[in-house]
Amino acid sequence: MYTDKVMDHFMNPRNVGEIENASGVGEVGNATCGDIMRIYLDVEDNIIKDVKFKTFGCGAAIATSSMATELIKGKTIDEALELTNKAVAEALGGLPPQKMHCSNLAADALHKAIADYKAKQEEAK
Amino acid sequence: MRRVYLDHGATTPVHPAVVEAMVDCMQNHFGNPSSVHSFGREGKKLLEEARANVASLIGARPEEIIFTSGGTEADNLTIFGVARALRKKGNHVITSAVEHHAVLDACQALTKEGFELTVLPVDEYGMVRVEDVKAALKPETILVTIMHANNEVGTINPIKEIAQLVKAHGAVMHTDAVQTVGKIPVDVNDLGVDLMSLSSHKIYGPKGVGALYIRKGTKLSPVTHGGGQERKRRPGTENLPGIVGFGKAAEIMARELPEEMGHMGRLRQRLIEGLLTIPDVKLNGHPTERIPINVNVSIRYVEGESLLLMLDMKGIAGSSGSACTSGSLDPSHVLLAMGLSHEVAHGSLRLTLGRDNTEEDIEYVLDVLPQIVERLRAMSPLYANKEG
Repeated sequence: MYTDKVMDHFMNPRNVGEIENASGVGEVGNATCGDIMRIYLDVEDNIIKDVKFKTFGCGAAIATSSMATELIKGKTIDEALELTNKAVAEALGGLPPQKMHCSNLAADALHKAIADYKAKQEEAK
Repeated sequence: MRRVYLDHGATTPVHPAVVEAMVDCMQNHFGNPSSVHSFGREGKKLLEEARANVASLIGARPEEIIFTSGGTEADNLTIFGVARALRKKGNHVITSAVEHHAVLDACQALTKEGFELTVLPVDEYGMVRVEDVKAALKPETILVTIMHANNEVGTINPIKEIAQLVKAHGAVMHTDAVQTVGKIPVDVNDLGVDLMSLSSHKIYGPKGVGALYIRKGTKLSPVTHGGGQERKRRPGTENLPGIVGFGKAAEIMARELPEEMGHMGRLRQRLIEGLLTIPDVKLNGHPTERIPINVNVSIRYVEGESLLLMLDMKGIAGSSGSACTSGSLDPSHVLLAMGLSHEVAHGSLRLTLGRDNTEEDIEYVLDVLPQIVERLRAMSPLYANKEG
């Protein structure tokens, strides 16, 4: 059902964890649907220096969280904002159709984390 | 790597003696059982021997057994066949919320033909309450279909008491016994049911074969048309090798059931005890009124499919009522009907035992599973919230 890349990211997820005093935190999904993704960003000079995630969900949910964090590490905020769920799925070599809807929320979580970061920046001004 | 198969509720491995009987049938007895020549007569003889074996396993008479393509067809044939045959008598059908989709979906389809459907709730253990059946019966009730044991949580329903009520009321009683035949003693006369669905591949027989027990005198319209086979109730050339395999599996099961029940009951107990030592794990289903092969637990803060995938990487095969294994967004309708929250239901794990499982298998699972749970919980924001 899953590509080797999905299974690799599921079994060996990159960037699992939390960042204390994160620059931005974004969470999407809910337990009722079976998927929750929370992404933590550490941003310096508009560049994502570090990113961590915590995910409750299926294999695809964990793999997409992991891949999304890989794709945006070291990127600027604007570059990270261009990441789409579709791009995350493609980077994993594709996901089963039934998984596209409920599991591939990683880019959404990232966008929320960036929005949180931006809101905090505004507050600080 | 050790491989441990704990998904016997989905299907069982085919017994070597069953394979042997099927191969012999295909190689040496290929005649159509409906043909009059000697080749056909040989096939007919095997067919009737298999029928007798299946009948004997459930205390029925051979002429009360018709072969189908499996439990799903047996369920569908019952629901459409009985409802349509008794339409003039009434239009009300009763079932339960935890039935297999073969029953639930067929009952829902009946409503499009003008039948009225009552879907009974279950208690926290997934058991249908006798008093709920009593309250739901009305003059128009023609058919009550309640499963003997639930396929996901293993809870055994009080079918004998329900059947007594239904029969006294003058309605027809069907039970889907796919999960109990070959797991516990099942006798159609003791239970008092009019129809019973069976499946071959749950008792170490081949897939694609099942049977429907129909008590003599029960009215049933055929759903398919086109031949006189199976007393005109299920036309079409019989799947003879499959039926022969089913018959052999039934013969073996009738002989070995007591020993198997003891063996699996002991393994199940050890598995349940071990699983419940993991924090935030809850047993689903009835603590005592359950089939000996079934263990179903909810493991909080982890999701079922992830659990299954990680178990698979360690060679362990199980199943889950998680939505992500079914392609729908909702987790198991059974667990939800039992009152579990979506969140808890998503983290369910079903491990179903079989005759070849050993104590070493169980100890391996109990060694591996806590590590997987710990790993997934470390990744779960829900668990982080709980700890906080």
